[in-house]
Amino acid sequence: MNSESSTELLTRVSATVNGRRRAAEVEDRTLLVHFLRETLRLTGSHVGCDTSNCGACTILLDGDAVKSCTVLAVQANGREVTTVEGLSGPFDGRSAVQEGFRQCHGLQCGYCTPGMLMACTALLADNPSPTRDEVREALEGNICRCTGYQMIVDSVLWAAEHHGTQKS
Amino acid sequence: MIPAPFRHVIVDHLDHAIAALAEHGDDAKLMAGGQSLIPLMKLRLASPTVVLDLCRLSLGGIRLDGTELVIGAMTTYRDVARSALVREHAPLLAAAAAVVGDPQVRNRGTIGGGLAHADPAGDVPCAVLALGGALVVRGPEGERVVSADDFFVGYWTSALGGAEVLVEVRIASRAGVGWDYQKFNIRSQDWATVAVAVSGSRVALASMADRVIRATQTEQILLAGGSIDSAAEVADANTEPPADLRATADYRRHLARVLSGDALRAAAKRGVLGKDVS
Repeated sequence: MNSESSTELLTRVSATVNGRRRAAEVEDRTLLVHFLRETLRLTGSHVGCDTSNCGACTILLDGDAVKSCTVLAVQANGREVTTVEGLSGPFDGRSAVQEGFRQCHGLQCGYCTPGMLMACTALLADNPSPTRDEVREALEGNICRCTGYQMIVDSVLWAAEHHGTQKS
Repeated sequence: MIPAPFRHVIVDHLDHAIAALAEHGDDAKLMAGGQSLIPLMKLRLASPTVVLDLCRLSLGGIRLDGTELVIGAMTTYRDVARSALVREHAPLLAAAAAVVGDPQVRNRGTIGGGLAHADPAGDVPCAVLALGGALVVRGPEGERVVSADDFFVGYWTSALGGAEVLVEVRIASRAGVGWDYQKFNIRSQDWATVAVAVSGSRVALASMADRVIRATQTEQILLAGGSIDSAAEVADANTEPPADLRATADYRRHLARVLSGDALRAAAKRGVLGKDVS
């Protein structure tokens, strides 16, 4: 890779990441996930497949769930990025979605979890009371190799039910 | 995987994109949503040295022009799938756009990008072919209109010239016409193993040749007033389905016949079919 890099192909990227303005010079070919992980050291977004299938790198770009391995860092210039590190809420600091995964055991190895959390966060922002089928459809782009998905779906439904409430 | 080095250029006028394509030739590539191009660049199946990003052009949006639905090339699949106008006048297109890839892909991928990519398994190409859409293309010589029947040429090859840009898709309102989209795949985010799109008297197939194609014998039987079963039985006539890890050619032929029957039966429940379409 280094032998191919060219200083002529650098662009300054400035984006709001988890509420903070972050800027850096990157090669035009830098993928957003690599910018987040390697330049900003936000390693919560995972690279699972590298072929735009698994969804472990899912983040929010201006509120929309996208695969950050299939977006160029330069395309995030001037835009708002939310990664799993940017999630927070009333459940001891965790958002309802995060707490749902905790309550319902929505993960085993945890590798896909950051992407799942972001895809589910986007789903609930768009559709606060999804049906079980709608949750499954919303997770089409996220692959988990441990859970069989049942408890992930349970986790999202838990979050939908407890959205905006305090932990009792 | 990391793409080969390239220069990313945000195009701020359509004419600049056309001029840059003319200047750089095959070294330049247009990028709409990037959901096909970036994966290909990561695999280095595509290695353009200049990527012309169309994101800043006003090529999005959906409107009705008389009885014609007009969809800007940069409209995302999500917006096409959710549009009340599309659902009313070309519900087949909304249904096809709703099953492209997965939500993340649909949030960024665009109808124009998908059409220009011309994948033989493409959901939106298949639907636009069944709808008899017209593709409006701008190039150095000005604007021209290519019918969907002439637009898809071969594997990932469209009728777009080297310095042409697809700007919008026009579809005559199909309100009241029977329609359905049947897509068979193993994982929901996959490309179609086979897909069938029905709109009135037109039937299109995905993954049954080197491009999306029409099931012409099926259409002829429908137009002659034949039964749905007899029309579906010949859906694979004159096709050349590929064989790959997902399906043998024979299995694809079988799927084309079965899915055509399902699609035609569903379409008949929704509106007029075959010879009754005005």
